[in-house]
Amino acid sequence: MKIGFYPGCSLKGTSREYNESVLALAKALDIQLEEIDDWNCCGATAAHSVNKELSLSLPARVLALAEHQGFKEIVVPCAACYNRLSTTQYELAQDEEKKKKVSEIIGMPYDGSVKILNVLQMLQKYSLDTIKSKIVKPFAYKVACYYGCLLVRPHKVLQFDRVEDPQVMDSMMSLIGATPIDWAFKTECCGGGFTESRTDIVAKLSGNVMKDVNDRGAEAVIVACPMCHSNLDMRRPEIDKYLGEDVKVPVLYITQAIGLALGIEPETLGLQRHFVKVNTI
Amino acid sequence: MENISGSITYDLRKQTGIDVGRCYQCGKCSAGCVQAEEMDYPPNMIIHLLQYGTQANLDKVLRSKSIWLCLNCENCVGRCPMEIDIPSLMDYLRERSLNEKKQNKAANDIIAFHKSFLDSVRSTGHLYEVGLVADFKARTLHLWQDVKLVPKMLSKGKLQFFPEMVKDMHSIKGIFSKTKK
Repeated sequence: MKIGFYPGCSLKGTSREYNESVLALAKALDIQLEEIDDWNCCGATAAHSVNKELSLSLPARVLALAEHQGFKEIVVPCAACYNRLSTTQYELAQDEEKKKKVSEIIGMPYDGSVKILNVLQMLQKYSLDTIKSKIVKPFAYKVACYYGCLLVRPHKVLQFDRVEDPQVMDSMMSLIGATPIDWAFKTECCGGGFTESRTDIVAKLSGNVMKDVNDRGAEAVIVACPMCHSNLDMRRPEIDKYLGEDVKVPVLYITQAIGLALGIEPETLGLQRHFVKVNTI
Repeated sequence: MENISGSITYDLRKQTGIDVGRCYQCGKCSAGCVQAEEMDYPPNMIIHLLQYGTQANLDKVLRSKSIWLCLNCENCVGRCPMEIDIPSLMDYLRERSLNEKKQNKAANDIIAFHKSFLDSVRSTGHLYEVGLVADFKARTLHLWQDVKLVPKMLSKGKLQFFPEMVKDMHSIKGIFSKTKK
């Protein structure tokens, strides 16, 4: 069965290694992903901050396209896109009038029946046994699993993992031989979309996350969100300046960590694209 | 009193489904808010101001820095014992603040970023990052910000030189024109 794939804009640009590693991993696990044809941006923080109707319409077009192209399920690796698409589906399911109006705005029938999965849900649903059987090189490191905000909250909409102390990523990392640590910043915000407009705030918030990672001796941070990744990785000089110390801990997408355990080449997983060198692996 | 038709709190409830009167000021939202210390009014104070239902207080909120500093991390609503959807309220207040031209000057860069972002989506259907940054610099005149990042991003293959356009741009244009305020 083919699953629809919604990469979103970050995965086509600054976070292309997330795209590369999701696709490489899906291939290794025999999951057939097919990109939703002619998808558009979900609108992200910008749309819901200034225009509610727009913030529902942009994701609704994506969901409507997926329906028309015959997908029953779609995978959305970016936590922000996953959140916007899920929120739209939730809100439109509560309100028939709104659903009708949005359908008219996008000029397409919209039903709201597509199941939206993040990458962790995809792996949980289809691949845990396969991953276990295909491990060739256990990922034997102490890791801090960083969920951030949008993967788990709001629970009412996403119904995914525990809000305060989520476990899904931790158990997947244990499965591939890693040791996930207990730490305090699992779901604290990295500063998200303020990376350009208020870099000072991102340095502080991401700095607090990285300080806890470093103090507790984690050897890698594992993420499933391109914004968490770019803030913790590309903003490391600003983070180091804020903390007054050089933090060397690399940040990996969960798809890269699992890919490495399955013996996929680091280059195929895009590890060379990180700013903070992944030299322990 | 506060739920009488035509009152400010009634109007808020009608627009957003959120009844600020349900908040009993436990302060959990502000305790967990990563942005509270940057804000002029922390989240529980925003709700408190709105609970009075006066135009003067609503104005304070619409002119505040807080509504723009909120990152919509959803921590507050996750912890609120009354499940008051503060992030959605913040969305509504931001949109209204812009429509009434009451936005706080300290939020200019944040608002400029949102506008640059949406301009990119309007013209290509996607977020085109290079275009976004150029547009943001032009709006804010922060011309030298992040210039050092560019060579490194290039060597890591993280910059896309040309925007990838949505094929059906007609439908994107339609979405923007039909939702235009």
